[in-house]
Amino acid sequence: MSQPEDLQEPSGPAIGQDEWVARHGERRSRRSGWIGDIEERARRAPWWAWLVLFVAAFALLPLVSHDGYVRRVAFETALYMTLALGLNIVVGWGGLLDLGYVAFYAIGAYGYAMLSSPQFGIHLPTVVTVPLMVVVGAIAGFLVGLPSRRLIGDYLAIVTLFFLQITQTVLVNGDQIAGHDLTGGANGIINVDPFHLFGHDIAVQHEGVFAVAYLYIAIAFFAVVYVALHFLNDSRTGRAWRSLREDALAAEAMGMPVNLLKLMAFSFGAATAAFTGTLFAAVQTSVFPLTFSFALVITVYTMVILGGQGSLAGVAVGAIVVNVMLEFLRDPGDARILIYVVGVLALAFAFGRTRKLAVLLAAVVIFGFVAHAVAEAINPDWVAGPAANGFDQALSNWVIIPTELANWVGPVSYIGLVCLALALTLMSPRWRYVVLVPTIYLGTFVWENVLLAQPDATRYIVLGVMLIGLMILRPNGLLGERRVEIV
Amino acid sequence: MDTFTQLTLNGLTEGSTYALIALGYTLVYGVLKLLNFAHGDVFMVGSFIGYGILKVLGGAGDPQVPVWLLLTLMVLGGMVGCAVLGVAIERFAYRPLRDAPRIAPLISALGVSFFLANSFQLMFGAQQYNYGIFFLDGGSLYTEGFNIGNVHIPLIAIITILSAFALMVALWLLVTRTRTGKAMRATSFDREAAAMMGIDIDRVIVFTFIIGSALAGAGGVMFALRVPTAASIGFVIGLKGFTAAVIGGIGSIPGAMAGGLILGFAEAYIAGYWTTRWSDLVIFSVLILFMLFRPSGLLGQAGIKKV
Repeated sequence: MSQPEDLQEPSGPAIGQDEWVARHGERRSRRSGWIGDIEERARRAPWWAWLVLFVAAFALLPLVSHDGYVRRVAFETALYMTLALGLNIVVGWGGLLDLGYVAFYAIGAYGYAMLSSPQFGIHLPTVVTVPLMVVVGAIAGFLVGLPSRRLIGDYLAIVTLFFLQITQTVLVNGDQIAGHDLTGGANGIINVDPFHLFGHDIAVQHEGVFAVAYLYIAIAFFAVVYVALHFLNDSRTGRAWRSLREDALAAEAMGMPVNLLKLMAFSFGAATAAFTGTLFAAVQTSVFPLTFSFALVITVYTMVILGGQGSLAGVAVGAIVVNVMLEFLRDPGDARILIYVVGVLALAFAFGRTRKLAVLLAAVVIFGFVAHAVAEAINPDWVAGPAANGFDQALSNWVIIPTELANWVGPVSYIGLVCLALALTLMSPRWRYVVLVPTIYLGTFVWENVLLAQPDATRYIVLGVMLIGLMILRPNGLLGERRVEIV
Repeated sequence: MDTFTQLTLNGLTEGSTYALIALGYTLVYGVLKLLNFAHGDVFMVGSFIGYGILKVLGGAGDPQVPVWLLLTLMVLGGMVGCAVLGVAIERFAYRPLRDAPRIAPLISALGVSFFLANSFQLMFGAQQYNYGIFFLDGGSLYTEGFNIGNVHIPLIAIITILSAFALMVALWLLVTRTRTGKAMRATSFDREAAAMMGIDIDRVIVFTFIIGSALAGAGGVMFALRVPTAASIGFVIGLKGFTAAVIGGIGSIPGAMAGGLILGFAEAYIAGYWTTRWSDLVIFSVLILFMLFRPSGLLGQAGIKKV
């Protein structure tokens, strides 16, 4: 009657249970000590705890800083976070490349401006206008999605891009539609009313600085959208969207209404964008057609892709990182130092805390002093560039900063830097290590002399490089979901 | 009638440029199934290379070489420079993503487009660059020419149209008469099957980028002969080139040529008989209708969808 041991206790995986999933907890590496404890607790904390913590931190910001500029940036960050959340519905969940997303933002902003300004003499209450614009945005998204729903991939991208172009053409030329001035043309609509809530007009400037109220409104907008999207993500619709993104054909075979789902993704995204647009118009107290450009599309896309398409928290983080970075780049004074910190951190990340890193940094420093000395010996004017005090003063002893940059130096050094950086990716590790030294030095030269001179172009160059680099190196962003690739 | 002839001439000049860009879109789309958003910016780079060569050789007013040689050098320089650029874009931005989901190279292409446009703004500013006026035997290329009825045809228009058509004929011969062309057609028909037949796909793709970008470079120089160039022109020109490619049927070479000309004529007639204000709107709306109701274009073949 004795049975073999292995029949009673099967050593293989249990039937009906996924071994990989069941052992998931064991595999997760856990750090020892109190750091590990904190990590474990943080991981178990519910999602709303993070949201509450984040909103609270954001709301406390005005207490720490009374600077109107900081408040303004914080407000814009919250605005971008909400905008990026909306794009995440379409791109991250629906997998639809909607390049006309900003057009819905424009619809929300212009709609609010038309209904609350002297343009037509209409001043509807805010509590009516904002929900109305959300509905209008959803309908607009539905209408654009209606003909586009059969298109896939690049065709959809192009149709939506043309929709953005058409929207912009209409806004710019809207001052002469059949003899009526609807959009104010290139001059936009000015004197837009600020929000009017609880019986008060909320002025944008309060005692000379940016009003805290709008910071709170923006973060409230964000929280509302975030919570709504969180539940949407867990709903039947959310799951259906994700399956649509992974494999539209399989989703259809499972009986999902693919066309309706695409339309819904468009509609929800557009409604979020329009919602955000109203707040934008109210704070700007004016709207201009050129705001809603392709550059804004790229900016919001970078946020979503950096944070990780499909992840709500990731998208919010991406928006914060990108907007704060762009803000730093706006003012060369702050940005100047930032790049060195980021550069050293990036190198440390690439090499780890090894001797290689130390040697590399030392080599770069020495290379710099030698190059500086050689340049000074040839012509003292080459290194006599303007330097402020402190850090810049120290730096000007190392980086070559000429008093006047000859016309050809900028383009040649910039193109040289791009070529060197690209060539680095093709070299063997040993050569890469050697060539990295002059590349870094050339990089600092270009940064100090060329890039800082034109912050506007620099900001967008950084965005473009981020998009390419992210798609190649880390397509799921900082916090994105890892996709299961079916081979 | 004179107005009509004049507008037709304008449309032909403009349209031959669009056709050159559209060819680049169509070639790359045919082989890679990728919408190369950066193509319009390659065109812009071509116009800047032409400007650089012009300045090195003494400028349009007082060139150090004969005018015909100067123009040839500018076009050739633009073609070579853009071919190199196209290969670099393919190598660094698209090749690593060849097996990624289709949305990834598209986003990368957006990044390349944005990077190129803003790099040129960084290096050369946002201002417009004008080639200036070329002279041949004491007469300006822009005023000397022939008359048909009351319509004056300047030499510059003839040069643009003839060289564009010469390039298109050369491309047509290349694709239909050579082994490389056959490999390109095979790759665009079915990449995997072509690879199994021993065709080096990477080489074909690189070659496609060389041809497409060189055409854009030539188009860029010819465009800038008539219209001042700037770092930001790539976006709208690229959209128009893509429009032309879709109207003709994306993936079809004669389609791209026809589409470019149709777009040129449409723009000229709308601008001449109605208004320039809404011409972009009309064209983009027509394109959206085209994509919805005849996505295969005028000359394209309806693709058989494999599941």
